[in-house]
Amino acid sequence: MSEATFPIAQAPDAWKLPYRGKVAMACLIIAESAIFTIFVVAYLYYAGRSLSGPTPREVLETPIFYTICLLSSSLTIHFAEKFLVRGGRGVFLGLWFLTILLGGLFLFGTGWEWHRLIYEHGLTISTNLFGTTYYSLVGLHAFHVTVGLIMLSIVFLFGLAGRVGSEQSARVEVLSMYWHFVDAVWVVVFTVVYILGR
Amino acid sequence: MIFLVVFVLLVYVLVKFRARATDSPHEPAQVYGSTQIELAWTVIPILIVVVLFLATTRVIRAIQDAPRPENVVEVIAIGHQFWWEFRYPALGIVTANELHIPVSDPASPTPTHLKLLSADTDHSFWVPQLAGKTDLIPNRVNTMWMDPHRTGIFLGQCAQYCGTQHAKMLLQVRVDSRGDFEAWANAQKQPAKNDETVSAGRRVFETTACINCHSVAGTAATGRFGPDLTHMMSRRTIAAGAAENTPENLGMWIQDPDMIKPGSLMPAMKLSDSDLEALVRYLETLR
Amino acid sequence: MSSDAMAIRTAEIEGRPWVETLHDWITTVDHKRLGILYILFSLVFLVIGGLEAAIMRIQLMHPHNDFVPPQVFNRMFTMHGTTMIFFVAMPIVFGFANYLVPLMIGARDMAFPRLNAFSFWLTAFSGILLYFSFLGGSGLYGAGNAPDVGWWAYAPLTSRAFSPGHSSDYWTIAVLVSGFGSIGTATNIIATIFSMRCPGMTLGRMPLMAWLSLVMAGLVLITITPLSAAQIMLLVDRYLGGHFFDTQAGGSAALWMHFFWIFGHPEVYILVIPAFGIASEIIPVFSRKPIFGYPIMVAATVCIGFISMSVWAHHMFTIGMSSTANTFFVLTTMAISVPTGIKIFNWLGTMWGGKIQFKTPMLFCIAFLFQFLIAGLTGIMLGSAPFNWQLNGSYFVVAHFHYVIVGAILFCIFGGFYYWFPKATGRMLDERLGKLHFWLFVIGFHLTFDPMHIPGLLGMPRRIYTYEPGRGWDSWNVIVTIGTFIQGIATLVFVANLILSYFKGPKAGSDPWDAWTLEWSVSSPPPAYNFAVIPSVASRRPLWDRKHPEDPDSRYE
Repeated sequence: MSEATFPIAQAPDAWKLPYRGKVAMACLIIAESAIFTIFVVAYLYYAGRSLSGPTPREVLETPIFYTICLLSSSLTIHFAEKFLVRGGRGVFLGLWFLTILLGGLFLFGTGWEWHRLIYEHGLTISTNLFGTTYYSLVGLHAFHVTVGLIMLSIVFLFGLAGRVGSEQSARVEVLSMYWHFVDAVWVVVFTVVYILGR
Repeated sequence: MIFLVVFVLLVYVLVKFRARATDSPHEPAQVYGSTQIELAWTVIPILIVVVLFLATTRVIRAIQDAPRPENVVEVIAIGHQFWWEFRYPALGIVTANELHIPVSDPASPTPTHLKLLSADTDHSFWVPQLAGKTDLIPNRVNTMWMDPHRTGIFLGQCAQYCGTQHAKMLLQVRVDSRGDFEAWANAQKQPAKNDETVSAGRRVFETTACINCHSVAGTAATGRFGPDLTHMMSRRTIAAGAAENTPENLGMWIQDPDMIKPGSLMPAMKLSDSDLEALVRYLETLR
Repeated sequence: MSSDAMAIRTAEIEGRPWVETLHDWITTVDHKRLGILYILFSLVFLVIGGLEAAIMRIQLMHPHNDFVPPQVFNRMFTMHGTTMIFFVAMPIVFGFANYLVPLMIGARDMAFPRLNAFSFWLTAFSGILLYFSFLGGSGLYGAGNAPDVGWWAYAPLTSRAFSPGHSSDYWTIAVLVSGFGSIGTATNIIATIFSMRCPGMTLGRMPLMAWLSLVMAGLVLITITPLSAAQIMLLVDRYLGGHFFDTQAGGSAALWMHFFWIFGHPEVYILVIPAFGIASEIIPVFSRKPIFGYPIMVAATVCIGFISMSVWAHHMFTIGMSSTANTFFVLTTMAISVPTGIKIFNWLGTMWGGKIQFKTPMLFCIAFLFQFLIAGLTGIMLGSAPFNWQLNGSYFVVAHFHYVIVGAILFCIFGGFYYWFPKATGRMLDERLGKLHFWLFVIGFHLTFDPMHIPGLLGMPRRIYTYEPGRGWDSWNVIVTIGTFIQGIATLVFVANLILSYFKGPKAGSDPWDAWTLEWSVSSPPPAYNFAVIPSVASRRPLWDRKHPEDPDSRYE
């Protein structure tokens, strides 16, 4: 059977479809949002229902500094991307590295807080409902930050090797979508844990 | 009704529009849709749904938000793996598996109100001829009511999978006349009779692990893991309906529960034959 | 050109060692091969799940039967449900979507071929992991092997206290991993449809199978993930001492139920929507008319997708929610019947005024219409909370959902097999065997699932390994069991047809059904690259336009 094209009234103008990387990352973000939503629901449902043990009010300290670190990393990655599109590889690499640094600081802050909670207050994942939901929710987020940092570092290494230019900017944009998502989730987690949950 | 309409339409279409050998070779008229028809078969179902919904809401309210009459028999039902514990707090009665409730006169109702709790996993109380089912969920208090208008024995069983012997967590509800119910309640309130002729069996009972799980009012046995045995002979079955309450079955249940209900939490007691015989004779006095 | 392509391939294939062919299939990233792998995988598990059902039905044939002990029976219904949902129904709809979507939208492959392969192998691995539980589930406790907690794995039955050993973990991890595979496939389908349509194929011109695969994929993203989240929580409880579902620590058993059913209800729409897609391709072609009301079909499906996210607690009417909550879920459950009913009417409207050809694909779709109607009506009955308080957890529900999953979904899938097997293999399935398969299956299906409603109405709960005589359930259970065997024979006829026709069936050509969508414009089987030249389209039925240049669809859309 012949594979001639089909009779058409006129050739469609520039047939533009969205970049598949962005669509896929949007899908991943939607799926992950659903997972986080369930953990948030569990956290809120169990708020105040622990039968024993330390309460949020007694032990939580609002991590303002580390939050600022994480949220500003969204700014740095945004500008890094902008520079990459224009071909400014050096500035891109610098801002990209700053992003990784800020993200790493955030993770360090989370670890520091957990250390304090475990060793000073005896709050672990098995202590009570608060412990279970807190470590699960914050831990899930921290896991996503970690994965993001690994990906960012891989790109950074490729960048150092001179392989990341404006031609790769679409892919870099996909990764930065993920990073913005991780930050947005932190805004929600922060609000739920440190503001509402207390 | 809906089924008939659509079914008839389907059959009609299949018959009328089937391809026949005598058909012309042309394709039939290519109809893409019709807004009016679409509108019709959207609006009509919406109306049907609204009616069904309103009717349903009325019944939900009638059952769940029914006002409580004054003369209510309160029962607390606690689900266990794989038996039912029933407590009548106002009457001071504890029993298991076979529930007695009084018949209710529509003129002056005496329904039974059940508070549903669970000691372990999820269960569900279902006696189809008396009421819909309601689940027993640990760490949650559910309630339901039954308002039977005729006496009789009504069968049911656990309706939420709760483990290995979910299938044999049976229920018997005996709706008694007012007089019969009061007679039953009075008998149940008494502690166990102390019959000297079975004191050997009673000693076996009190000195083995039986008392860890079971209670017999008036003795040292105050265990709550298993059913209360004070009046166990007033029940027609043992092991939540898994076997008839006969001496042979009782002996088998104590020595080797897996023969009757494999996977139940009753341990095999491994008594000597003489101990077993004495024990069964003792238990047979717990009327 | 197609016969040349086939001749070249045959020559290639005949000369190669089988190890190479096997290696090709294991390392393939071609959507057509992955689609076939998904489907073959599902068929294997369909037979296994069917055996599990047969074991249960033999045990239930008589009261106090002792064909299997309760521990085995409880594993059977758990594995049967888990297998059929996660390792038969989901992979088979992914398989169909994988095979068809790129062909239907004029693309050469899915957007992410390697992700496609990875997702398939995740699912395949997790299926094997689940069945490994039969061997390895005892762990150190010696307590049971395959999971026996029901396919919903309700808490706290799944806690360490009530499920020692590792059997529940096999359930949790196998389903969790297959969930990740599903998310990968769903992402792939969405990206493919948004980013790889051929010129002229606007979203409004895609075949309905493609549209419905899109809706299904969107649902997968937000439906499977709540289950994944709940399963992670369960693992935290079982291994890290967490208390998510620990009622002794103040946790809530009902929370698991909410999370599970927020997944569980839309899940069944994930399964049925592709079935709708198959029916929406077959019914028009065998009625010789376009689908009646394409835009409404799309809109109704999208509506169904949205509403399905709001009905979940109709599985929980008996747990003691307030009358307000119960009323809300009654409302949403009944509301979903409106767009669903619209679709049934549209299919009828497609057939009205047509020239219906009773070939095997169409036979299955007609039975689907009839059975889906009944299933929907028993569903509405169950959606009314007071009815539900009697019938939930009984064989009435079992009958209802098998009516949907077997009577609607599986029937459409069978129809899809007969319709697209020629495209995938280049050979027609035998029509006589097809009709035999159809009638045997219809008889067996109705013999099993029609009477099954009655024990439910008479009070028989589900998930029981035996029952007392004299409840009025006995004879009905015998009839139900007989039907099971007839369905089994019908399935064997089907498998025989697949095998025989693959080797000896008559050659199909690229368009054996005189159909109108793009997959019928390429050879059967299609070349590896699908389209030598990416097509451009101007309507929903590009092949109709080509065959009827005097009256193209593009004039009317």
